[in-house]
Amino acid sequence: MHAFGQILKIETRLYLRDRSTLFTIIGLPLLLLVVFGFIPAARQPDPLFDDRTFIEYFAPSLLVITLAMAGVNILPTVLATYRERGVLRRLATTPASPAALLAAQLVISLGAILVSAVLLIAVARLAFGVPLPRHPLGFALAFVLGTAALLALGLLVAAVARTTKAAQALAVPLFLVTMFFGGVYVPRFILPDLLVRIGDYTPPGVQALLDAWTVASPQPLHLAIMAVIAVLAGTAAAKLFRWE
Amino acid sequence: MPVIEVTSLHKRYGELVAVDDVSFAVEAGEIFGILGPNGAGKTTTVECVSGLRVPDGGGVSVLGLDPRRDAARLRQLVGVQLQESQLPDRLRVAEALELYASFYRDPADPAALMDKLGLGDKRNTAYKDLSGGQKQRLSIALALVGNPKIAVLDELTTGLDPQARRDTWGLIEQVRDSGVTIVLVTHFMEEAERLCDRVAVIDQGRVVALDSPAGLVSTVAPEQRVRFRPSAPVDDRLLADLPEVVSVHRTGGQVVVTGTGDVLHAVTSVLARNQIVAADLRLEQSTLDDAFVELTGHRPAD
Repeated sequence: MHAFGQILKIETRLYLRDRSTLFTIIGLPLLLLVVFGFIPAARQPDPLFDDRTFIEYFAPSLLVITLAMAGVNILPTVLATYRERGVLRRLATTPASPAALLAAQLVISLGAILVSAVLLIAVARLAFGVPLPRHPLGFALAFVLGTAALLALGLLVAAVARTTKAAQALAVPLFLVTMFFGGVYVPRFILPDLLVRIGDYTPPGVQALLDAWTVASPQPLHLAIMAVIAVLAGTAAAKLFRWE
Repeated sequence: MPVIEVTSLHKRYGELVAVDDVSFAVEAGEIFGILGPNGAGKTTTVECVSGLRVPDGGGVSVLGLDPRRDAARLRQLVGVQLQESQLPDRLRVAEALELYASFYRDPADPAALMDKLGLGDKRNTAYKDLSGGQKQRLSIALALVGNPKIAVLDELTTGLDPQARRDTWGLIEQVRDSGVTIVLVTHFMEEAERLCDRVAVIDQGRVVALDSPAGLVSTVAPEQRVRFRPSAPVDDRLLADLPEVVSVHRTGGQVVVTGTGDVLHAVTSVLARNQIVAADLRLEQSTLDDAFVELTGHRPAD
Protein backbone atom coordinates (compact mmCIF):
# COMPACT_ATOMS: atom_id res chain seq x y z
CA MET A 1 0.00 0.00 0.00
CA HIS A 2 2.89 2.31 0.85
CA ALA A 3 4.50 1.55 -2.52
CA PHE A 4 1.21 2.23 -4.30
CA GLY A 5 0.96 5.64 -2.64
CA GLN A 6 4.49 6.54 -3.72
CA ILE A 7 3.91 5.33 -7.27
CA LEU A 8 0.65 7.27 -7.45
CA LYS A 9 2.42 10.41 -6.26
CA ILE A 10 5.22 10.14 -8.84
CA GLU A 11 2.91 9.12 -11.70
CA THR A 12 0.64 12.07 -10.93
CA ARG A 13 3.64 14.39 -11.17
CA LEU A 14 4.63 12.84 -14.49
CA TYR A 15 1.07 13.25 -15.77
CA LEU A 16 1.02 16.91 -14.74
CA ARG A 17 4.34 17.48 -16.50
CA ASP A 18 2.84 16.39 -19.80
CA ARG A 19 1.28 19.70 -20.73
CA SER A 20 -0.07 18.68 -24.14
CA THR A 21 -2.00 15.77 -22.62
CA LEU A 22 -3.41 17.97 -19.89
CA PHE A 23 -4.48 20.52 -22.47
CA THR A 24 -6.35 17.97 -24.57
CA ILE A 25 -8.06 16.35 -21.61
CA ILE A 26 -8.99 19.46 -19.62
CA GLY A 27 -8.18 22.59 -21.64
CA LEU A 28 -9.59 21.73 -25.07
CA PRO A 29 -13.19 20.97 -23.98
CA LEU A 30 -13.21 24.17 -21.91
CA LEU A 31 -11.78 26.19 -24.77
CA LEU A 32 -14.43 24.88 -27.19
CA LEU A 33 -17.14 25.59 -24.63
CA VAL A 34 -15.98 29.18 -24.34
CA VAL A 35 -15.65 29.61 -28.11
CA PHE A 36 -19.20 28.34 -28.73
CA GLY A 37 -20.41 30.27 -25.72
CA PHE A 38 -19.42 33.54 -27.35
CA ILE A 39 -21.50 32.79 -30.44
CA PRO A 40 -24.87 34.43 -29.66
CA ALA A 41 -26.83 31.95 -31.80
CA ALA A 42 -25.45 29.07 -29.73
CA ARG A 43 -27.04 30.59 -26.64
CA GLN A 44 -30.50 30.96 -28.21
CA PRO A 45 -33.09 28.27 -27.54
CA ASP A 46 -33.82 26.48 -30.77
CA PRO A 47 -36.72 24.12 -31.64
CA LEU A 48 -34.09 21.91 -33.29
CA PHE A 49 -32.81 21.10 -29.77
CA ASP A 50 -36.22 20.84 -28.11
CA ASP A 51 -36.08 24.53 -27.26
CA ARG A 52 -32.72 24.27 -25.58
CA THR A 53 -29.55 26.06 -26.64
CA PHE A 54 -26.87 24.56 -28.85
CA ILE A 55 -24.46 24.81 -25.89
CA GLU A 56 -26.72 22.61 -23.78
CA TYR A 57 -27.05 20.17 -26.65
CA PHE A 58 -23.31 20.10 -27.37
CA ALA A 59 -21.91 20.02 -23.78
CA PRO A 60 -22.05 16.19 -23.46
CA SER A 61 -19.98 15.92 -26.66
CA LEU A 62 -17.35 18.12 -25.03
CA LEU A 63 -17.21 15.57 -22.21
CA VAL A 64 -16.65 12.90 -24.84
CA ILE A 65 -13.39 14.64 -25.84
CA THR A 66 -12.07 14.25 -22.30
CA LEU A 67 -13.23 10.65 -21.94
CA ALA A 68 -11.94 9.55 -25.35
CA MET A 69 -8.59 11.24 -24.89
CA ALA A 70 -7.94 9.97 -21.36
CA GLY A 71 -9.51 6.53 -21.82
CA VAL A 72 -8.66 5.16 -25.23
CA ASN A 73 -5.73 7.37 -26.23
CA ILE A 74 -3.47 8.34 -23.32
CA LEU A 75 -4.01 5.35 -21.02
CA PRO A 76 -3.16 2.60 -23.53
CA THR A 77 -0.24 4.58 -24.97
CA VAL A 78 1.31 5.19 -21.55
CA LEU A 79 0.89 1.55 -20.49
CA ALA A 80 2.24 0.18 -23.76
CA THR A 81 5.21 2.54 -23.51
CA TYR A 82 5.91 1.43 -19.95
CA ARG A 83 5.82 -2.19 -21.04
CA GLU A 84 7.93 -1.65 -24.16
CA ARG A 85 10.58 0.31 -22.26
CA GLY A 86 10.78 -2.32 -19.53
CA VAL A 87 9.42 -0.06 -16.79
CA LEU A 88 6.90 -2.75 -15.74
CA ARG A 89 9.54 -5.48 -15.84
CA ARG A 90 11.96 -3.44 -13.79
CA LEU A 91 9.26 -2.88 -11.20
CA ALA A 92 8.64 -6.64 -11.10
CA THR A 93 12.18 -7.11 -9.73
CA THR A 94 11.48 -4.85 -6.74
CA PRO A 95 9.19 -5.44 -3.75
CA ALA A 96 6.63 -3.23 -5.55
CA SER A 97 4.30 -4.81 -8.08
CA PRO A 98 3.82 -3.59 -11.66
CA ALA A 99 0.08 -3.93 -10.93
CA ALA A 100 0.47 -0.95 -8.62
CA LEU A 101 1.65 1.14 -11.58
CA LEU A 102 -1.33 0.04 -13.66
CA ALA A 103 -3.70 0.86 -10.81
CA ALA A 104 -2.05 4.26 -10.36
CA GLN A 105 -2.54 5.03 -14.06
CA LEU A 106 -6.23 4.14 -13.78
CA VAL A 107 -6.70 6.32 -10.70
CA ILE A 108 -4.95 9.23 -12.42
CA SER A 109 -7.04 8.85 -15.59
CA LEU A 110 -10.18 8.86 -13.48
CA GLY A 111 -8.96 11.88 -11.57
CA ALA A 112 -8.20 13.84 -14.74
CA ILE A 113 -11.60 12.93 -16.19
CA LEU A 114 -13.38 13.97 -13.02
CA VAL A 115 -11.56 17.31 -12.77
CA SER A 116 -12.32 18.04 -16.40
CA ALA A 117 -16.01 17.10 -16.05
CA VAL A 118 -16.49 19.21 -12.93
CA LEU A 119 -14.80 22.22 -14.55
CA LEU A 120 -16.84 21.83 -17.71
CA ILE A 121 -20.15 21.55 -15.88
CA ALA A 122 -19.28 24.47 -13.60
CA VAL A 123 -18.11 26.82 -16.37
CA ALA A 124 -21.12 25.90 -18.53
CA ARG A 125 -23.40 26.69 -15.62
CA LEU A 126 -21.72 29.88 -14.41
CA ALA A 127 -20.71 31.45 -17.72
CA PHE A 128 -23.30 30.24 -20.17
CA GLY A 129 -26.35 29.41 -18.09
CA VAL A 130 -26.37 25.71 -18.88
CA PRO A 131 -28.45 24.11 -16.09
CA LEU A 132 -26.80 21.51 -13.90
CA PRO A 133 -27.73 17.93 -14.80
CA ARG A 134 -31.48 17.55 -14.23
CA HIS A 135 -31.14 13.97 -13.12
CA PRO A 136 -27.93 13.94 -11.05
CA LEU A 137 -28.05 10.25 -10.18
CA GLY A 138 -28.78 9.19 -13.75
CA PHE A 139 -26.05 11.52 -14.96
CA ALA A 140 -23.55 10.11 -12.48
CA LEU A 141 -24.49 6.59 -13.54
CA ALA A 142 -24.21 7.36 -17.25
CA PHE A 143 -20.90 9.13 -16.62
CA VAL A 144 -19.42 6.30 -14.51
CA LEU A 145 -20.53 3.54 -16.88
CA GLY A 146 -19.44 5.43 -19.99
CA THR A 147 -16.06 6.15 -18.38
CA ALA A 148 -15.68 2.53 -17.29
CA ALA A 149 -16.46 1.29 -20.82
CA LEU A 150 -13.85 3.58 -22.38
CA LEU A 151 -11.16 2.85 -19.76
CA ALA A 152 -11.78 -0.88 -20.22
CA LEU A 153 -11.38 -0.49 -23.99
CA GLY A 154 -8.19 1.47 -23.34
CA LEU A 155 -6.87 -1.35 -21.14
CA LEU A 156 -7.81 -3.87 -23.82
CA VAL A 157 -5.75 -1.94 -26.37
CA ALA A 158 -2.82 -1.88 -23.92
CA ALA A 159 -3.25 -5.62 -23.40
CA VAL A 160 -3.26 -6.71 -27.04
CA ALA A 161 -0.70 -4.23 -28.40
CA ARG A 162 2.85 -5.53 -28.09
CA THR A 163 4.55 -2.21 -28.77
CA THR A 164 3.87 1.49 -28.35
CA LYS A 165 3.45 1.83 -32.11
CA ALA A 166 0.92 -1.00 -32.19
CA ALA A 167 -0.96 0.58 -29.28
CA GLN A 168 -1.17 3.86 -31.14
CA ALA A 169 -2.24 2.10 -34.34
CA LEU A 170 -5.19 0.67 -32.40
CA ALA A 171 -5.85 3.65 -30.14
CA VAL A 172 -6.03 6.34 -32.80
CA PRO A 173 -8.89 4.80 -34.87
CA LEU A 174 -10.73 3.92 -31.66
CA PHE A 175 -10.27 7.50 -30.48
CA LEU A 176 -11.53 8.93 -33.80
CA VAL A 177 -14.58 6.62 -33.83
CA THR A 178 -15.40 7.56 -30.24
CA MET A 179 -15.13 11.26 -31.06
CA PHE A 180 -17.18 10.90 -34.24
CA PHE A 181 -20.08 8.98 -32.71
CA GLY A 182 -19.87 11.21 -29.65
CA GLY A 183 -20.83 14.09 -31.95
CA VAL A 184 -17.57 15.97 -31.51
CA TYR A 185 -16.61 16.40 -35.16
CA VAL A 186 -20.10 16.84 -36.55
CA PRO A 187 -22.97 17.71 -34.16
CA ARG A 188 -25.26 14.72 -34.05
CA PHE A 189 -28.38 16.54 -35.27
CA ILE A 190 -26.72 16.78 -38.67
CA LEU A 191 -25.93 13.04 -38.83
CA PRO A 192 -28.30 10.51 -40.45
CA ASP A 193 -30.53 8.72 -37.99
CA LEU A 194 -28.69 5.41 -38.29
CA LEU A 195 -25.38 6.96 -37.26
CA VAL A 196 -27.05 8.71 -34.33
CA ARG A 197 -28.50 5.35 -33.16
CA ILE A 198 -25.06 3.72 -33.43
CA GLY A 199 -23.70 6.65 -31.41
CA ASP A 200 -26.21 5.94 -28.65
CA TYR A 201 -24.51 2.63 -28.03
CA THR A 202 -20.92 3.72 -28.67
CA PRO A 203 -18.97 4.38 -25.47
CA PRO A 204 -19.24 6.59 -23.55
CA GLY A 205 -22.91 6.81 -24.65
CA VAL A 206 -23.38 10.48 -25.37
CA GLN A 207 -27.21 10.22 -25.60
CA ALA A 208 -27.47 8.91 -22.06
CA LEU A 209 -25.33 11.82 -20.86
CA LEU A 210 -27.49 14.27 -22.81
CA ASP A 211 -30.74 12.75 -21.52
CA ALA A 212 -29.65 12.86 -17.90
CA TRP A 213 -28.25 16.36 -18.28
CA THR A 214 -31.26 17.92 -20.00
CA VAL A 215 -34.39 15.78 -19.67
CA ALA A 216 -34.68 13.03 -17.11
CA SER A 217 -33.29 9.60 -16.40
CA PRO A 218 -31.23 7.97 -19.15
CA GLN A 219 -32.61 4.95 -20.97
CA PRO A 220 -31.76 1.71 -19.13
CA LEU A 221 -30.72 -0.01 -22.36
CA HIS A 222 -28.12 2.70 -23.05
CA LEU A 223 -26.66 2.21 -19.59
CA ALA A 224 -26.82 -1.57 -19.75
CA ILE A 225 -24.84 -1.65 -23.00
CA MET A 226 -22.09 0.50 -21.43
CA ALA A 227 -21.95 -1.84 -18.44
CA VAL A 228 -21.70 -4.88 -20.72
CA ILE A 229 -18.90 -3.29 -22.78
CA ALA A 230 -17.04 -2.34 -19.58
CA VAL A 231 -17.25 -5.87 -18.18
CA LEU A 232 -16.39 -7.65 -21.44
CA ALA A 233 -13.48 -5.40 -22.40
CA GLY A 234 -12.23 -5.29 -18.82
CA THR A 235 -12.29 -9.07 -18.47
CA ALA A 236 -10.57 -9.58 -21.83
CA ALA A 237 -7.93 -7.00 -20.89
CA ALA A 238 -7.25 -8.71 -17.57
CA LYS A 239 -6.88 -12.08 -19.33
CA LEU A 240 -4.66 -10.80 -22.12
CA PHE A 241 -2.49 -8.30 -20.30
CA ARG A 242 1.24 -9.08 -20.31
CA TRP A 243 3.78 -7.38 -18.12
CA GLU A 244 6.55 -7.70 -20.72
CA MET B 1 28.37 -21.56 1.76
CA PRO B 2 27.35 -20.34 -1.70
CA VAL B 3 24.81 -17.50 -1.88
CA ILE B 4 23.40 -18.70 -5.19
CA GLU B 5 23.09 -22.34 -6.19
CA VAL B 6 21.75 -23.32 -9.58
CA THR B 7 21.43 -27.04 -10.24
CA SER B 8 20.44 -28.58 -13.58
CA LEU B 9 18.36 -25.56 -14.52
CA HIS B 10 16.11 -26.15 -17.52
CA LYS B 11 13.83 -23.64 -19.22
CA ARG B 12 12.10 -23.67 -22.56
CA TYR B 13 9.73 -21.34 -24.39
CA GLY B 14 7.42 -23.60 -26.33
CA GLU B 15 9.69 -25.69 -28.54
CA LEU B 16 12.73 -23.50 -28.01
CA VAL B 17 15.07 -24.70 -25.29
CA ALA B 18 16.54 -21.52 -23.82
CA VAL B 19 18.43 -23.18 -20.97
CA ASP B 20 19.18 -26.87 -21.35
CA ASP B 21 21.20 -27.84 -18.29
CA VAL B 22 22.96 -25.16 -16.27
CA SER B 23 24.58 -25.60 -12.86
CA PHE B 24 26.83 -23.25 -10.92
CA ALA B 25 27.32 -21.81 -7.48
CA VAL B 26 28.19 -18.23 -6.60
CA GLU B 27 30.20 -17.56 -3.43
CA ALA B 28 29.55 -14.60 -1.15
CA GLY B 29 31.49 -11.48 -2.07
CA GLU B 30 32.64 -12.50 -5.53
CA ILE B 31 31.95 -11.03 -8.92
CA PHE B 32 30.63 -13.96 -10.89
CA GLY B 33 30.47 -13.58 -14.66
CA ILE B 34 28.09 -15.31 -17.00
CA LEU B 35 29.52 -15.26 -20.51
CA GLY B 36 28.19 -16.60 -23.73
CA PRO B 37 27.22 -15.79 -27.30
CA ASN B 38 23.86 -14.12 -28.00
CA GLY B 39 21.00 -16.51 -27.40
CA ALA B 40 23.08 -18.84 -25.23
CA GLY B 41 20.62 -18.61 -22.35
CA LYS B 42 22.44 -16.10 -20.11
CA THR B 43 19.54 -13.75 -19.58
CA THR B 44 17.02 -16.54 -19.04
CA THR B 45 19.35 -18.04 -16.43
CA VAL B 46 19.58 -14.83 -14.41
CA GLU B 47 15.85 -14.23 -14.85
CA CYS B 48 15.25 -17.59 -13.16
CA VAL B 49 17.69 -16.59 -10.41
CA SER B 50 15.88 -13.25 -9.97
CA GLY B 51 12.49 -14.97 -9.79
CA LEU B 52 11.21 -13.30 -12.96
CA ARG B 53 10.80 -16.65 -14.68
CA VAL B 54 9.77 -20.04 -13.40
CA PRO B 55 12.19 -22.85 -14.38
CA ASP B 56 10.79 -25.94 -16.11
CA GLY B 57 13.28 -28.13 -14.30
CA GLY B 58 16.17 -28.08 -11.85
CA GLY B 59 16.65 -26.05 -8.73
CA VAL B 60 17.54 -22.48 -7.89
CA SER B 61 18.40 -21.38 -4.39
CA VAL B 62 19.28 -17.77 -3.58
CA LEU B 63 20.45 -16.93 -0.04
CA GLY B 64 18.84 -20.21 0.96
CA LEU B 65 15.48 -19.11 -0.45
CA ASP B 66 13.40 -20.33 -3.37
CA PRO B 67 12.96 -17.43 -5.85
CA ARG B 68 9.39 -18.51 -6.49
CA ARG B 69 8.06 -19.38 -3.04
CA ASP B 70 9.96 -16.68 -1.17
CA ALA B 71 9.69 -14.05 -3.91
CA ALA B 72 8.65 -11.26 -1.55
CA ARG B 73 11.60 -11.82 0.80
CA LEU B 74 14.11 -12.20 -2.01
CA ARG B 75 13.06 -8.96 -3.71
CA GLN B 76 14.19 -7.17 -0.56
CA LEU B 77 17.61 -8.84 -0.82
CA VAL B 78 18.40 -8.98 -4.53
CA GLY B 79 18.86 -5.90 -6.72
CA VAL B 80 18.41 -6.44 -10.42
CA GLN B 81 19.56 -4.32 -13.34
CA LEU B 82 17.85 -5.58 -16.46
CA GLN B 83 19.02 -5.47 -20.01
CA GLU B 84 17.48 -2.54 -21.90
CA SER B 85 15.21 -1.44 -19.12
CA GLN B 86 14.38 2.25 -19.26
CA LEU B 87 12.47 4.76 -17.17
CA PRO B 88 9.74 7.26 -18.05
CA ASP B 89 11.19 10.23 -20.00
CA ARG B 90 10.09 12.92 -17.57
CA LEU B 91 11.09 11.12 -14.37
CA ARG B 92 13.97 12.92 -12.62
CA VAL B 93 17.01 11.20 -11.18
CA ALA B 94 16.22 11.95 -7.53
CA GLU B 95 12.55 11.05 -7.98
CA ALA B 96 13.45 7.68 -9.45
CA LEU B 97 15.83 6.85 -6.61
CA GLU B 98 13.49 8.08 -3.88
CA LEU B 99 10.59 6.14 -5.40
CA TYR B 100 12.58 2.91 -5.59
CA ALA B 101 14.01 3.47 -2.11
CA SER B 102 10.44 3.64 -0.77
CA PHE B 103 9.84 0.03 -1.87
CA TYR B 104 12.46 -1.40 0.49
CA ARG B 105 12.50 -1.94 4.23
CA ASP B 106 16.10 -0.85 4.73
CA PRO B 107 17.05 1.30 1.73
CA ALA B 108 20.29 3.16 1.07
CA ASP B 109 20.22 6.94 1.29
CA PRO B 110 19.29 8.12 -2.22
CA ALA B 111 21.34 11.34 -1.88
CA ALA B 112 24.47 9.45 -0.80
CA LEU B 113 23.99 6.93 -3.59
CA MET B 114 23.65 9.72 -6.16
CA ASP B 115 26.93 11.24 -4.98
CA LYS B 116 28.69 7.89 -4.98
CA LEU B 117 27.58 7.24 -8.56
CA GLY B 118 28.44 10.73 -9.76
CA LEU B 119 24.81 11.73 -10.27
CA GLY B 120 24.73 14.35 -7.50
CA ASP B 121 24.57 17.31 -9.89
CA LYS B 122 21.97 15.52 -12.06
CA ARG B 123 19.41 15.02 -9.32
CA ASN B 124 16.80 17.22 -11.02
CA THR B 125 17.56 16.10 -14.55
CA ALA B 126 14.85 14.24 -16.44
CA TYR B 127 15.70 10.70 -17.55
CA LYS B 128 15.48 11.60 -21.24
CA ASP B 129 18.14 14.31 -20.81
CA LEU B 130 20.75 11.95 -19.32
CA SER B 131 23.66 10.62 -21.37
CA GLY B 132 24.00 6.90 -21.98
CA GLY B 133 26.57 6.59 -19.20
CA GLN B 134 24.41 8.53 -16.75
CA LYS B 135 21.36 6.39 -17.56
CA GLN B 136 23.46 3.32 -16.92
CA ARG B 137 24.70 4.67 -13.61
CA LEU B 138 21.13 5.48 -12.58
CA SER B 139 20.15 1.96 -13.54
CA ILE B 140 22.92 0.56 -11.33
CA ALA B 141 21.88 2.92 -8.54
CA LEU B 142 18.30 1.59 -8.73
CA ALA B 143 19.63 -1.96 -8.43
CA LEU B 144 21.57 -0.92 -5.30
CA VAL B 145 19.11 1.41 -3.60
CA GLY B 146 17.52 -1.42 -1.61
CA ASN B 147 20.88 -2.24 0.02
CA PRO B 148 20.88 -5.70 -1.58
CA LYS B 149 23.06 -8.65 -0.61
CA ILE B 150 23.25 -9.67 -4.27
CA ALA B 151 23.19 -7.48 -7.37
CA VAL B 152 22.38 -9.04 -10.74
CA LEU B 153 23.62 -6.85 -13.59
CA ASP B 154 22.67 -7.81 -17.15
CA GLU B 155 24.66 -6.31 -20.05
CA LEU B 156 25.94 -3.57 -17.85
CA THR B 157 28.02 -1.62 -20.34
CA THR B 158 26.41 -2.41 -23.69
CA GLY B 159 26.11 0.80 -25.67
CA LEU B 160 28.56 2.78 -23.55
CA ASP B 161 31.65 4.51 -24.90
CA PRO B 162 35.04 3.14 -23.74
CA GLN B 163 35.54 5.82 -21.07
CA ALA B 164 32.07 5.36 -19.59
CA ARG B 165 32.62 1.61 -19.67
CA ARG B 166 35.85 1.90 -17.68
CA ASP B 167 34.20 4.24 -15.18
CA THR B 168 31.38 1.73 -14.73
CA TRP B 169 33.87 -1.05 -14.09
CA GLY B 170 35.53 0.98 -11.35
CA LEU B 171 32.11 1.49 -9.81
CA ILE B 172 31.30 -2.22 -9.82
CA GLU B 173 34.56 -2.97 -8.03
CA GLN B 174 33.63 -0.44 -5.35
CA VAL B 175 30.23 -2.09 -4.94
CA ARG B 176 31.84 -5.48 -4.53
CA ASP B 177 34.29 -4.04 -1.99
CA SER B 178 31.30 -2.88 0.05
CA GLY B 179 30.33 -6.55 0.45
CA VAL B 180 27.73 -7.07 -2.28
CA THR B 181 27.92 -10.28 -4.30
CA ILE B 182 27.64 -9.50 -7.99
CA VAL B 183 26.38 -11.61 -10.86
CA LEU B 184 27.44 -10.01 -14.12
CA VAL B 185 26.01 -11.07 -17.47
CA THR B 186 28.17 -9.90 -20.34
CA HIS B 187 29.44 -10.66 -23.78
CA PHE B 188 32.44 -8.35 -23.45
CA MET B 189 35.49 -10.48 -22.82
CA GLU B 190 37.52 -7.50 -21.67
CA GLU B 191 34.88 -6.71 -19.08
CA ALA B 192 34.83 -10.27 -17.75
CA GLU B 193 38.64 -10.45 -17.67
CA ARG B 194 38.90 -7.18 -15.77
CA LEU B 195 36.08 -7.66 -13.26
CA CYS B 196 35.18 -11.27 -12.67
CA ASP B 197 36.65 -13.55 -10.03
CA ARG B 198 35.11 -16.51 -11.82
CA VAL B 199 33.14 -16.93 -15.01
CA ALA B 200 30.74 -19.52 -16.31
CA VAL B 201 30.75 -19.76 -20.09
CA ILE B 202 27.31 -20.76 -21.35
CA ASP B 203 26.76 -22.00 -24.88
CA GLN B 204 23.53 -23.41 -26.27
CA GLY B 205 21.97 -23.60 -22.84
CA ARG B 206 24.84 -25.45 -21.15
CA VAL B 207 27.83 -24.48 -19.03
CA VAL B 208 30.86 -25.30 -21.17
CA ALA B 209 33.47 -23.98 -18.74
CA LEU B 210 33.66 -22.53 -15.23
CA ASP B 211 36.88 -21.07 -13.88
CA SER B 212 38.70 -17.83 -13.15
CA PRO B 213 39.41 -15.86 -16.33
CA ALA B 214 43.14 -16.64 -16.05
CA GLY B 215 42.38 -20.30 -15.34
CA LEU B 216 40.16 -20.51 -18.41
CA VAL B 217 42.82 -18.99 -20.62
CA SER B 218 45.61 -21.25 -19.38
CA THR B 219 43.62 -24.48 -19.70
CA VAL B 220 41.66 -23.74 -22.85
CA ALA B 221 44.09 -21.62 -24.84
CA PRO B 222 47.47 -22.09 -23.20
CA GLU B 223 49.60 -21.17 -26.18
CA GLN B 224 51.78 -18.09 -26.24
CA ARG B 225 53.59 -16.48 -29.14
CA VAL B 226 57.05 -14.93 -28.97
CA ARG B 227 57.89 -12.53 -31.81
CA PHE B 228 61.29 -10.99 -32.41
CA ARG B 229 63.70 -9.74 -35.07
CA PRO B 230 67.02 -11.65 -34.70
CA SER B 231 70.28 -9.65 -34.93
CA ALA B 232 71.90 -12.54 -36.81
CA PRO B 233 70.52 -15.45 -38.83
CA VAL B 234 69.05 -18.09 -36.55
CA ASP B 235 68.44 -21.72 -37.36
CA ASP B 236 64.78 -22.74 -36.92
CA ARG B 237 65.84 -26.11 -35.52
CA LEU B 238 67.66 -24.41 -32.66
CA LEU B 239 64.28 -23.14 -31.48
CA ALA B 240 62.05 -26.00 -32.59
CA ASP B 241 64.09 -28.48 -30.55
CA LEU B 242 63.18 -26.72 -27.30
CA PRO B 243 60.60 -28.75 -25.31
CA GLU B 244 58.42 -25.63 -24.73
CA VAL B 245 58.15 -24.81 -28.43
CA VAL B 246 55.27 -26.06 -30.58
CA SER B 247 56.05 -24.37 -33.90
CA VAL B 248 58.31 -21.80 -35.52
CA HIS B 249 57.56 -19.71 -38.55
CA ARG B 250 58.70 -16.47 -40.12
CA THR B 251 56.90 -13.43 -41.45
CA GLY B 252 59.13 -10.92 -43.18
CA GLY B 253 62.18 -10.45 -40.97
CA GLN B 254 60.28 -11.62 -37.90
CA VAL B 255 60.48 -14.99 -36.20
CA VAL B 256 57.27 -16.15 -34.53
CA VAL B 257 57.64 -18.95 -31.98
CA THR B 258 54.51 -20.57 -30.60
CA GLY B 259 54.75 -22.55 -27.41
CA THR B 260 53.51 -23.28 -23.93
CA GLY B 261 54.78 -22.87 -20.39
CA ASP B 262 57.80 -20.62 -19.99
CA VAL B 263 58.45 -20.39 -23.71
CA LEU B 264 59.75 -16.81 -23.47
CA HIS B 265 62.56 -17.77 -21.11
CA ALA B 266 63.50 -20.81 -23.16
CA VAL B 267 63.72 -18.79 -26.37
CA THR B 268 65.69 -15.88 -24.90
CA SER B 269 68.12 -18.27 -23.18
CA VAL B 270 68.93 -20.18 -26.33
CA LEU B 271 69.36 -16.91 -28.28
CA ALA B 272 71.70 -15.55 -25.61
CA ARG B 273 73.85 -18.70 -25.69
CA ASN B 274 74.25 -18.12 -29.45
CA GLN B 275 75.06 -14.41 -29.05
CA ILE B 276 71.91 -13.40 -30.94
CA VAL B 277 70.04 -10.33 -29.80
CA ALA B 278 66.24 -10.38 -30.11
CA ALA B 279 65.07 -6.97 -31.24
CA ASP B 280 61.40 -5.86 -31.02
CA LEU B 281 60.79 -8.80 -28.68
CA ARG B 282 57.12 -9.27 -27.89
CA LEU B 283 55.19 -11.90 -25.99
CA GLU B 284 51.59 -12.47 -27.06
CA GLN B 285 49.48 -14.38 -24.61
CA SER B 286 46.05 -15.76 -25.26
CA THR B 287 43.18 -13.72 -23.90
CA LEU B 288 39.77 -14.68 -22.70
CA ASP B 289 38.73 -13.86 -26.24
CA ASP B 290 40.77 -16.77 -27.57
CA ALA B 291 39.49 -19.06 -24.84
CA PHE B 292 35.93 -18.05 -25.67
CA VAL B 293 36.40 -18.87 -29.34
CA GLU B 294 37.95 -22.23 -28.41
CA LEU B 295 35.02 -23.04 -26.12
CA THR B 296 32.08 -21.89 -28.17
CA GLY B 297 33.31 -21.71 -31.75
CA HIS B 298 31.93 -18.15 -31.94
CA ARG B 299 33.66 -14.82 -32.09
CA PRO B 300 32.51 -12.80 -29.12
CA ALA B 301 29.78 -10.50 -30.42
CA ASP B 302 30.30 -6.75 -30.34
